[in-house]
Amino acid sequence: MKKSALPDPFAQAREAKGYGTVEDQNDPVTMLLRLKDVRKTAKDTKTFQSGAVPGRIVVPSEVSIRDTRQIPFEVDPPMHGEYRALLEDWFKRPEQPTYRESLEEIITELVDEALQMDSLEVMEQFALKLQSRALTLLLNIPYEESEIWIDWGMHVFRSEESALDGSKAAILYDYIDEQIDKAIASLGDDLYSTLLRSEIEGRKMTKEEVKGVMILTFAGGRDTVINAVTNSIAYFAEHPESLARLDAEPEMTTHAVEELVRYFSPLTHMGRVVTEDTQVCEHAVKADSRVSLCWASANRDASTFENPNEVILDRKMNPHVAFGFGIHKCLGATHARQVLRTLLAVLAAKVKKIEILDYKENIEDWEEFQRKVGYDSIRVRFEGK
Amino acid sequence: MAKITFITSDNEEIVAEATSGTVMELAKENNVNGIDGDCGGVCSCATCHVHVAEEDFEKVGAPGEIEADMLELEDNYNERSRLCCQIDMSDAIDGVTLYVAN
Ligand code: FES
Repeated sequence: MKKSALPDPFAQAREAKGYGTVEDQNDPVTMLLRLKDVRKTAKDTKTFQSGAVPGRIVVPSEVSIRDTRQIPFEVDPPMHGEYRALLEDWFKRPEQPTYRESLEEIITELVDEALQMDSLEVMEQFALKLQSRALTLLLNIPYEESEIWIDWGMHVFRSEESALDGSKAAILYDYIDEQIDKAIASLGDDLYSTLLRSEIEGRKMTKEEVKGVMILTFAGGRDTVINAVTNSIAYFAEHPESLARLDAEPEMTTHAVEELVRYFSPLTHMGRVVTEDTQVCEHAVKADSRVSLCWASANRDASTFENPNEVILDRKMNPHVAFGFGIHKCLGATHARQVLRTLLAVLAAKVKKIEILDYKENIEDWEEFQRKVGYDSIRVRFEGK
Repeated sequence: MAKITFITSDNEEIVAEATSGTVMELAKENNVNGIDGDCGGVCSCATCHVHVAEEDFEKVGAPGEIEADMLELEDNYNERSRLCCQIDMSDAIDGVTLYVAN
């Protein structure tokens, strides 16, 4: 097995019965593993609710460490649509040429730096920096602010000891509170101010609502982007021919990004609360229990994807759900796609070879399923053209 | 060279033409409202959903199985729904009218 490979731990359960079960803080979760079940469930927002107690649809549950509702992700229709409509244009900005140019500058600088070093640890020294600096563009705030977020280290919500660390999450929450107060004192053209100026149902958005959007913006795009960036570098280290091909056929980049995202599936799954007794893949689920939509498993479903465990960079038909599916699909997807497209273009243009020197895998433990989602650390050496 | 007429949900009419690429790409180049093409044309996002005009449906043809699976769950689905990233530009579809579904 290649070092960069992400095996599929769900195959057997997906084919045999279509679901798995995880115990989570006395609130078990039925994980849906087949692409069609995942898609159908994601579309049925009546039976499968997102607007449950804040934190409950996340697995592991965050009910014990937060009560701020993340918006629009923990809201159901019709309110969901109102919030989403407010945010849509802002989160589409990454398609604008000026945004793309700034992103290219950020990534080029990092790659140039990496080329100068004897070796680097990709998570800390590349992906975390990239994610933090790119986020300043999404929020439309000064670049320097990223230094604070880089200083937070890899995990804001997780510590060495615990996957759910309330005291660490408090750092982010306090920070966001402070930023909102600052924006109230003097409105600018950043995301905080834009939200504070927005109206929902004929009234101004509350501080708590703004906070809900901002927490989601920070949290949703952090480890996901970091993993996608790091996994991409590991992949190209073991597939220099792919890098050369992207350089020769840049028009392939869009397809390549979708395929890498399918293969990596940076977010393993996302939960829903069942509102009435029902069935998923012929399995009964009770009202007020939880199911999860396992994007990572769905994206390897052999009944739709040919050779699902291979990265086929120019895969034409690729109906993956790595950014989710339905009304709650990832709001930051345009930004994430732009980050990855730019990363691939810059790597293809400048890098000849990447060598993996040392690594430690990050394996998520979902009881019967052990899933590699990326790395805790990975040291590499870049070689320029 | 094929010419396509797009009609958006607020009844704007846009006529555009091209010799290659997909209909989604053509729509994006011409800023057709309601066609986002988020996934770049790999049949994953369904933000390129159109209804083919009744008289043109035969020319354009029915969706393949994977595309049909995607469409089936879409709002505004009807029996002439297509994801236009899965329709290639070619002479065969010259003169076709497409109604943007979103
Ligand atoms: S552009 Fe994404 S499905 Fe057509």
